Amino acid sequence: MIYLSNIEKVYRTETVETLALNNISLSIEKGEFLSIMGPSGCGKSTLLNIMGLLDEPTKGTIKLDAQEINDFSDKKLSRFRNRKIGFIFQSYHLINDLPVLDNVELPLLYRDVSSAERRRLAAAALEKVGLANRMKHYPSQLSGGQKQRVAIARAIVGQPEIILADEPTGNLDSAMGNEIMEILENLNRADHTTIVMVTHDENMARRTHRLVRLFDGSLVSSNTFVN
Amino acid sequence: MLTNYLKITLAVMQRRKMFTFITLFGISMTLSILIVLTAFYEHIFSANYPEVNRERCLYATLLEEQNTKEGGMRRGPMSLYYINNYIKTLKTPEKIAYSTVPNTVNIYGNGKKLRLFFKYTDPVFWEITQFEFLEGKPYTQRDIDNNEQVAIINTETRDDYFGKGVPAVGKNMEINGQNLKVTGVVRGCPITRLVVAADVYLPYHLQKKASEEVKEYNGGYTAIVMAKTPADLPKIQQEYAEVVPRIPLLTYGGFKPDRLNAGLSTYFDSIVRDMFFGSGGGSARARFYLFVAIFALLFMSLPAINLVNINISRILERASEIGIRKAFGASAQKLVTQFVIENIILTLFGGLLAILISGAFIWWFNGSHLIPYADLGINWTVVTIALALSLVFGLMSGVYPAWRMSRLPAVEALKG
Repeated sequence: MIYLSNIEKVYRTETVETLALNNISLSIEKGEFLSIMGPSGCGKSTLLNIMGLLDEPTKGTIKLDAQEINDFSDKKLSRFRNRKIGFIFQSYHLINDLPVLDNVELPLLYRDVSSAERRRLAAAALEKVGLANRMKHYPSQLSGGQKQRVAIARAIVGQPEIILADEPTGNLDSAMGNEIMEILENLNRADHTTIVMVTHDENMARRTHRLVRLFDGSLVSSNTFVN
Repeated sequence: MLTNYLKITLAVMQRRKMFTFITLFGISMTLSILIVLTAFYEHIFSANYPEVNRERCLYATLLEEQNTKEGGMRRGPMSLYYINNYIKTLKTPEKIAYSTVPNTVNIYGNGKKLRLFFKYTDPVFWEITQFEFLEGKPYTQRDIDNNEQVAIINTETRDDYFGKGVPAVGKNMEINGQNLKVTGVVRGCPITRLVVAADVYLPYHLQKKASEEVKEYNGGYTAIVMAKTPADLPKIQQEYAEVVPRIPLLTYGGFKPDRLNAGLSTYFDSIVRDMFFGSGGGSARARFYLFVAIFALLFMSLPAINLVNINISRILERASEIGIRKAFGASAQKLVTQFVIENIILTLFGGLLAILISGAFIWWFNGSHLIPYADLGINWTVVTIALALSLVFGLMSGVYPAWRMSRLPAVEALKG
């Protein structure tokens, strides 16, 4: 499903060159739930952003769903992101000026989906994460856990094959984090959605199928769990 | 999608109140001023009551007698002698009327002192102009031949002198020491109809000094020359242009003119030439339009530049939203479209506000009696053009910052 080969990411300023990712090769199967761990600044989020086509690698090849992505135009990349990938961010990244329902239907805005259908699908996604009663609320009126559930609803509304979650439980208490993890596990089990999750929490990582560890931009270990 | 854009536009407008105020103020005030200025322009220059035939009229308002060698000039309206001999004799026009420039007189009536504008006219004046007679009728050549002591007044004068709504025809007024019988009451026109406006109209024979007999070219009269069709105007101008060089020059005491400058101009040209650029040269219209174009360009470019600046900072503030939209599938093109649509919505708000503001101002002005009988109106063509222009500004000011932000890598935008 996701195939990374010899990925390198270098950040350059006028005076300094920082190697964020060093020769990363990784293959993630369809329906797999993979977690990425490592100390702060080791390149976890950079790796996730490259998988999500939000950032470009300096070197290396990315294949998603058997398609080589490197030469995609902006339009094609956008379309690919829209159809195939859903994002969940640690800081939720909701649009505060729009109510919950409008936030959730955002990915569908960039598809040929009628307004009524968008509403229906967004409501269904909110139902799935237990927030059907908060559709008309604004993000500022929700708790952290509720915001993250809205973000999950937005990530799944377009039924993407891949969900990339960057520390989805990082800002939540353990009970709320557990709830979010359960939603992700259900998505993976029931819909066979491929999930890649960056986390600092070993317990959360152990609930996934596989854990890879990064250190200073390099892949240092890979553990498979039986879940 | 549009509903979503509208929602976010309204939300941003509400959230960023100062930005919204500055933007809307800039757009609406610029457009309002433009609409009001156009209303004044139309009020002054268009064919309005009672000069509904202005499109096929030429005006003789100025005559210059010049001594080019020693210097010196006599410049002003014409004498009746001049008009009768050199304008009334033109063959191409359908009708030629003349009247004096307005003079003021103080009279006493209804227990108060009234300061009135009056002018002497010939009977043809009432044929070329289309004054609405609310009472009575215009004086005729027969009245003049019979030396009738008559006057025509406007409604405001009637109301002030005889009482509001009191019929005036058949009653007498004391004007300039003459006891005159009112034979007509017309709906007045604003003083900005410079050639025809007055409070009281008198037949020209009542002028104490029979100016017909004064053999001078300069005097107190202007003439309106009406063609059968607007197409005839150049022919009339040509005919007059051929007459002028043949007019014998007069000598006034020690002043010996060697040149006579006179022409027939459209109303617009006569006003622009007289008011702004003096009589010299024939390019008054071109210079006027150049002046107006430069003014309008400078005037409108200020809010446009302001809008570009505000938009850049506004869009930069929304980097995170752009990142989110990119992450979920918005292409650069879609983002540019979104911000442009937002700008258009905002500009349209400004435009609507401008129509309301200018409409309210015009309504107030017409009722204020700052200019009695003022009949300013909104020119919808100008409103449409102004709105289109502001949409262009909206587009221009929105496209560049949106394009710049849309090029930003999504991951950078998400950082805010």
